[in-house]
Amino acid sequence: MNVWLTHHRLAFAQVLRQLAHTPFANLLTMLVIGVALSLPAGLYALLKNIDKLATQAHGEPQITLVLASSANAEAISDLQARLKSHREIAEFQFISRDQGLQELARNSGLSDVTAGLEKNPLPDVITVRPAARDPETVSRLHRELQQLPKVEAALIDEAWVKRLHALLGLGQQAVTILSALLGFALIVITGNTIRLQILSQRDEIEVSKLIGATDPFVRRPFLYHGAVQGCAGGAIAWLVVAAAFHLLNAGTDKLTDLYALNFHLTVPAGADILGLLLFATLLGWLGAYLSVSQHLREIEPR
Amino acid sequence: MISFSQVAKRYPGGFEALREVTFTIEAGEMACVSGHSGAGKSTLLKLIAAIEAPSGGSVVVNGQNVGKMSRAAVPFLRRNIGLVFQDHKLLFNHSAFDNVMLPLRIAGFDPAESAKRVRAALDKVGLLGREKAFPVALSGGEQQRLCIARAIVNRPSILLADEPTGNLDANYARDILDMFKSFNQVGVTILIATPDPGTAQALNARLLTLNHGALVS
Repeated sequence: MNVWLTHHRLAFAQVLRQLAHTPFANLLTMLVIGVALSLPAGLYALLKNIDKLATQAHGEPQITLVLASSANAEAISDLQARLKSHREIAEFQFISRDQGLQELARNSGLSDVTAGLEKNPLPDVITVRPAARDPETVSRLHRELQQLPKVEAALIDEAWVKRLHALLGLGQQAVTILSALLGFALIVITGNTIRLQILSQRDEIEVSKLIGATDPFVRRPFLYHGAVQGCAGGAIAWLVVAAAFHLLNAGTDKLTDLYALNFHLTVPAGADILGLLLFATLLGWLGAYLSVSQHLREIEPR
Repeated sequence: MISFSQVAKRYPGGFEALREVTFTIEAGEMACVSGHSGAGKSTLLKLIAAIEAPSGGSVVVNGQNVGKMSRAAVPFLRRNIGLVFQDHKLLFNHSAFDNVMLPLRIAGFDPAESAKRVRAALDKVGLLGREKAFPVALSGGEQQRLCIARAIVNRPSILLADEPTGNLDANYARDILDMFKSFNQVGVTILIATPDPGTAQALNARLLTLNHGALVS
């Protein structure tokens, strides 16, 4: 255990020395990795922001139950009792046909028109606010409410929610594809720098093997190198995204003012940063591992 | 300790470096392998350290059949063998101290304990004052001694030296041979490849002579 720790500590120290030895070349590689990763990371953060904006702008999903004209007061109170005990409903409000007409006259400025009507054409209505807000639960609730007695129709304004969710889903797919592509690029970039490292340390590797170094011992510093490089690239990617969002916020503030929305791009934090760093570290390690595995066997003492 | 039986080594291309070589070196023995250039001296040493694999016969070191050893076991065999090379194989971007430290680092010794051992090894070869020097700053003889310090720092039971005095003048060469003698006196098994049969006489060691890959004496 102690030996193992010592080996790792020394390998890590060796990598830091190497990084300090050629800071410019190493920084350049990290920058390349950082910029490559900032694309999927930025898109991901942007989608998260849009998702937040969507719930904010849309507010709560609402289902409107249009009651049959045959529903009498007893049937309506029955229905209300049922809604009250329903677990998936957060809140509901009964709007009688007379109330509805008054509201219409008041809000739409059509009082002249409504006053001229012989008979109130509006139905009784109950508006329901579901407890959940994800589209699937809401539309299941919607179908369920439609089946209730004396409910002629259940209306839901879900088309645009669905559209938005589809769009966000598409964006998430784009993030996945971009991550895969650029993750692959990261592996290749790391693999290549590690290959150059290996070649430049050919003598050292050969001598180490001659005096009893195991493959893991030889491999270890290169794996650390790849991981450190990937991690630093991830950190740079975060900085790029943070800087870009900062710049963009000047523009979005103007735009959201015009639309009377409270929207501000928030830079990813907490778990997202951790995820990004882990992803980058892991890919750097993987790139190094693939490269080392391929080239290490070529360097055998003769 | 080291036992060859019917060992043959053919390189790709058909060159036969060794044929039908059989001998045994007991623990604590000192021996010299001599022969003309290309007689197979280096190949013989490489077979012992598992740097090359025999094409026929068996090479047994410390009771282990080296030719049939798995790749993962080879490093542990080598930790028990000190290697001294004609071209030293020192790391030029590391100080003398770090060069000697390398085998201990590889074996995973405690750093503080290792530093003591490194100084002891440097002291034995008379380089204690030069531990901070880089190999370029050392003379040929000093580089060879540094290589020896690296070979013995891990206290191996076997020391293999491939023409250790090849590039040195007579005084330096005698120093080096004296060192081997003193290592042998503390029980290290030593095998030295040398083109000069007189070395064995000077060391009072057993002489194995190779001629075109065959053992003639």
